[in-house]
Amino acid sequence: MVVKTVLEGVRDAIHDEMKRDPRVFIMGEDVGPRGNVFLITKGFLEEFGRDRVIDTPLAEASIVGVAVGAAMMGMRPIAEIQFADFIYPAYNQIVGEAAKIRYRTAGGNTCPLVIRTPYGGGVRGALSHSVSVEALFYHVPGLKICVPSTPADAQGMLTSAIRDEDPVLFLEHKRTYRLIKGDVPDGDFTVPIGKADVARPGKDLSVITYGLMRHFAVEAAEKVATEGIDAEVIDLRSIRPMDRAAILDSVRKTRRVLIVHEDQKFGGVGAEVSAIIAEEALFELDAPIRRVCGPDVPAMGYAKEYEEAFMPSPDRIAGAMRELAEF
Amino acid sequence: MATVKMPQLGETVTEGTVGRWLKKVGEAVAKYEPLLEVETDKVASEIPSPFAGTLTKILVEEGTTVPVGAAVCEIGEAGAAPAPRSSEPVASAAPASTPQPVTSNGERTISDRPQVATPDGVRYSPVVRRLAREHRLDLRQLSGSGRGGRVTAKDVLHHVESGAARFSPAAQTAASISAPAPMERVTPAAAHVKPVPVAPPAEGDTTVRVTQMRKTIAEHMVLSKTTIPHAWSMVEADLTDLVKWREREKEAFKTREGVNLTYLPVVILAVCAALREFPMVNATWAGDKIIVRKQINVGIAVDIEDGLVVPVIKDADHMSLSGVARKIVDLAGKARNRKLTLEEMSDGTITVDNTGALGSIASYPIINPPQAAIITTEAIVKRPWVVNDAIAIRSIMNLCLSLDHRVLDGSVASRFLQSVKHRLETFTGSP
Repeated sequence: MVVKTVLEGVRDAIHDEMKRDPRVFIMGEDVGPRGNVFLITKGFLEEFGRDRVIDTPLAEASIVGVAVGAAMMGMRPIAEIQFADFIYPAYNQIVGEAAKIRYRTAGGNTCPLVIRTPYGGGVRGALSHSVSVEALFYHVPGLKICVPSTPADAQGMLTSAIRDEDPVLFLEHKRTYRLIKGDVPDGDFTVPIGKADVARPGKDLSVITYGLMRHFAVEAAEKVATEGIDAEVIDLRSIRPMDRAAILDSVRKTRRVLIVHEDQKFGGVGAEVSAIIAEEALFELDAPIRRVCGPDVPAMGYAKEYEEAFMPSPDRIAGAMRELAEF
Repeated sequence: MATVKMPQLGETVTEGTVGRWLKKVGEAVAKYEPLLEVETDKVASEIPSPFAGTLTKILVEEGTTVPVGAAVCEIGEAGAAPAPRSSEPVASAAPASTPQPVTSNGERTISDRPQVATPDGVRYSPVVRRLAREHRLDLRQLSGSGRGGRVTAKDVLHHVESGAARFSPAAQTAASISAPAPMERVTPAAAHVKPVPVAPPAEGDTTVRVTQMRKTIAEHMVLSKTTIPHAWSMVEADLTDLVKWREREKEAFKTREGVNLTYLPVVILAVCAALREFPMVNATWAGDKIIVRKQINVGIAVDIEDGLVVPVIKDADHMSLSGVARKIVDLAGKARNRKLTLEEMSDGTITVDNTGALGSIASYPIINPPQAAIITTEAIVKRPWVVNDAIAIRSIMNLCLSLDHRVLDGSVASRFLQSVKHRLETFTGSP
């Protein structure tokens, strides 16, 4: 075991896979001499050369489009979108092309592509460096979506994503990059895509969450634990495929559900989680399902007050836990 | 035209099943003449007609369950023509769509609508309803710890674990908690057990309708065998002296008491005395504790036409031999005539089953939850027996005991059985 940040976990996964498998390469804005805006690929150009560390123009549709073609031809591209806020031009390539290739070719072709992008707020990133995009993609069959939030999950799931035969949208919460440190196994290891993690076991209520909110939920759970409320925190880790069994197991145990995500509420991932529970575990529920999510406003403002109003905080989550426990 | 409604057969009962129509459409019926048979849990009762007239329309078919207060048939003036067939019976569907009570002038009434569940507008969450149904609880008996006094799932589970919930027929009000949708109507234990696939009836097979009583028996048996770890033991009792005593006494007893002198009351009194010696056998497993019952209420299994009921002799340990004998005759008679009340079948703390009456010499009885033990008296058989190192012909009876191994270990159970055996072998008229 070695203690790393989430950022180091991401870097080591890319680095180790590029060393292990010559088909793996990375392309994106400023991944070359600049070493990525967060310095994730610092030194990669020198180590792996220009053919495998490719700087691109500011053209997201091309970044993903080229990667889709390379993946179909047998390469293992990692396409980096500098910030998730800029992914929209690539939407057609991801949703219209990459996600459908295996189906369209009746299994003749796969598209082993990873699209990595930093997302999320809480870093004073303002309107164009704070967005969460998972709800825009999780409706799409054929696409896998990872939202790791610990260093070990980031490294292990990114390794799984690079080795996966299908396109994976890999969302890295930028606030966790240097904030979250944790033990990471030594050597070659993977964390499976599609398995949730019990971040904190508990018996009074279940928090279903992912991303940065996993850490906020655990913090809130520790706070209310001193008041006698024992909250379980389930970190989905992967939004598609979603670990239904883990959700339902927890609901059957606690019978009360709080869903927390930073992304806006309407039509967000929490809507699907609620529907799964309502369809499969209604007769386990002892209270209405609650959601603490970002507000339905167009973006996270720059001002500190705007950002705080948007981001669910440990205090807000703890408040919802108390109300739910008391119901 | 007047409407007959589903009567309330017990204060906590909220629905009834039409077992059998005793009159046909078009038939005349006198006031107080038995009109139909209604089944609730283990009791089946004949319902007398509240009016004289002609049965013009049956609204609820046999085997259908409707809430208390729902209209079951219409009675017209004597000689009235049956209602046209075209109007099909309303209540052949699920209970949720049961007919509203209809007044004699055809208006729907609100006041005497069946009370489904939530008095005072109390709301229960889905899991609370499910738990109440599985544990056969009347939620109105629980105090809630949730907001505004709401009963939470934890309240229900605490209640169950505390042993406050009893599997008495009187507690059969779980159905009152909700007007259950058909999909919810799962037997409690069935939830844990994968059903075995059943081939549909083939030619020549017949199907038998599962009566309310069979359903209740089935639920209790599955509940018992899936939740109680049964252990079994048997002893042989030499009843030669008791047999001789009975031969001596039976004529005088019959003359004096008016009932036959059988072995069963003797065994029941021996069991009561042994229970006082080993109170742990008269107990209930309650999750985090064992409740040892002070009262000794002995259930006796009585075969009736299409099933079996277990009326209870309350405080049997305080009764005399003739008192127990008379009570057995009384309860067995009521059972066969289906006149037992819910109270007479509630709150048993142990069961004595006279399997020997049917010739059995050993049985493995199923515990009647939430009791901890059931004991059988097997047939008394003359057998070669070693007495003082010589072979003699003696009258031997086996006593079989199933026990809840969570409550009892083999040593207590064995000593209890030995105590019963010893009391029977040394019986002198007052055990």
